Amino acid sequence: MANKRIMKEYAEVTNNPPAGCKISLENEGDMNLWNVVMDAPSDSIYAGGHFKIVIKLPKEYPFKPPVLNFKTKLYHPNVTNDENGSMCLGMLRPDEWKPPNKIADVLKLVRTVLAAPQPDDAVEQGIADQYKNDRKAFEKTAKDWVSKYAK
Amino acid sequence: MDSDDEAMSATTSDDGFGMEEDSMSFGEGSVGEIDMDEPDIGFDTQEKDFRPAKKAYEVDFTVYSPSDIQAQQDRQIEDVSNIIGQPHESTAILLRYSRWNKERLIESYMDRQEELLDKAGLGRDISGPPKIKKVNGFMCDICCEDRPGLETFAMKCNHRFCVSCYRRYLVQKIQDEGEAARIKCPGDSCDKIVDSKTLDLLVTADLRDRYHELLMRTYVDDKENLKWCPAPNCIYAVDCPVKARDLGKIVPTVKCECGYQFCFGCALSDHQPAACSLVKKWMKKCEDDSETANWISANTKECPKCVSTIEKNGGCNHMTCRKCRHEFCWMCMGVWSEHGTSWYNCNRYEEKSGSDARDAQAKSRQSLERYLHYYNRYANHEQSAKLDKDIFLKTEKKMTQLQSSSGMSWIEVQFLDAASQALQQCRQTLKWTYAFAYYLARNNQTEIFEDNQKDLEMAVENLSEMFEKPTDQIAGLKVEMMDKTAYCNKRRVILLDDTAVNLKQGNWAFNVEMS
Repeated sequence: MANKRIMKEYAEVTNNPPAGCKISLENEGDMNLWNVVMDAPSDSIYAGGHFKIVIKLPKEYPFKPPVLNFKTKLYHPNVTNDENGSMCLGMLRPDEWKPPNKIADVLKLVRTVLAAPQPDDAVEQGIADQYKNDRKAFEKTAKDWVSKYAK
Repeated sequence: MDSDDEAMSATTSDDGFGMEEDSMSFGEGSVGEIDMDEPDIGFDTQEKDFRPAKKAYEVDFTVYSPSDIQAQQDRQIEDVSNIIGQPHESTAILLRYSRWNKERLIESYMDRQEELLDKAGLGRDISGPPKIKKVNGFMCDICCEDRPGLETFAMKCNHRFCVSCYRRYLVQKIQDEGEAARIKCPGDSCDKIVDSKTLDLLVTADLRDRYHELLMRTYVDDKENLKWCPAPNCIYAVDCPVKARDLGKIVPTVKCECGYQFCFGCALSDHQPAACSLVKKWMKKCEDDSETANWISANTKECPKCVSTIEKNGGCNHMTCRKCRHEFCWMCMGVWSEHGTSWYNCNRYEEKSGSDARDAQAKSRQSLERYLHYYNRYANHEQSAKLDKDIFLKTEKKMTQLQSSSGMSWIEVQFLDAASQALQQCRQTLKWTYAFAYYLARNNQTEIFEDNQKDLEMAVENLSEMFEKPTDQIAGLKVEMMDKTAYCNKRRVILLDDTAVNLKQGNWAFNVEMS
């Protein structure tokens, strides 16, 4: 049942990809592991960066939200600064996710959050504090990381 | 046993916690207080009126079964439904939404009806039962199924999905996430709450039971005057009027229908006479390794210069810190160079340079010994209480033996059971008196307390000793044992009463903050 849904979603995003996203399957034949390369919005401080994101659809999908991991290192208050690069925001949270929500919606949300971090809902409190109190230093590190990891 | 129990709860006037009912405020935020002046139809609260006056350490409480709780909910829903003129199902949602605070609900319903309905997920139109429908040309937005004849469902918000997706969504919420009162419509960003009529229509019977169980959970959790009995597999809830803010003045021990005695304040096992906050502190203290640190400070010294911890393992008093190379005297903690030639024999006790360091040392040693004094006694009673299970099993065996060897009847050997229960209960109390005493600062009251503690302890040890006698002697000791059992129970009542009265009147001084 869910398969029909996933096929349809995948067909939709390949025919009509969300802005700045290239989507493929991580492994041929596995519909539950999606590969996304996202170009940061040009008006964001991450402009020019290409971020690899892996989206895992749990077997309960779409009744449980997809799990999203940045594979490219990213200096951002809402992305964990570890090898997981997890993001857990808004509709990605189990209690906020609704089954009709689509991966395309998730990717739109991610791009919005790249352009406008949400420090009050941070997973990296240190980065969030810096974002709020010392925006210049934050932007510098974020840009450095883009040229170091995301080119 | 029976007569002892009477003695425990009979006599004395009630000076006490009836005040809760009298001084009730009906203001905001006082969840559920208003229930009390409703007629409690069908409940056995009248029993309270026949109970003898209670001791200072006793509190009023009522035990409710799940069906009592259900009836209680239904009655409240009915009441509010009559006042605000909403159907039963919507009223239930509103009450759950406002966490069962009737006054606040009615008030905000009167003031801002539409806003409230919206927030509770009820929207404006709330009539007509939900139905399963087939819709031409429909495609389910969850599974993308679009075959003709697909059964679909939507609540009033019109977010329509196929029945199997709707069902699976509810199963996921109820079974995996344990949600009940606040499940929202599966529609994207729709906040409408799924009502129990919809649930009844869509889900299987076993899940429906789980759903109603969860609803009941949230009801009890939302009410300040209700708590589930924490005993494993117990299905009862206890109603007690003691509020969180009173916990510094009373230790509200309640006894569930299942026999488990627990504190209504913190849901831990009965811990009279120590107040909840002391219990929390004590358990933390015994749990973490703060006492290891105490050992270190009692058995080691710190380098006066770089504060590295040093344990002296013999040898001369001329210490050279391995870390900072500071040279000092182990005896007086003063700088070594000031010692002149009086090596190996420090006679500079009066020097200021050393006395401060020594004071800190002595203090910590004292506090360690004090703690150990109370802890050992606490642990001893806890240990004995743990052995109670064995004792109880042994008692049962002894009772059967006695019946066959001495020709006593089952009724006649019940004194052993009574003795064993008295032992358990008294040890439980004694155990906590030591935690209580640890935090107690000396004043006029402490001596009486310590006497009471000593008397109870002696009574308990005397009874405990008799208990160990060989079975053939026990029959002859029946009267003496019954006397000792009664005495133990009496001493316990006296101790608890004294501590409770003084706690209520604020006569105890504690060496920690009571918060």
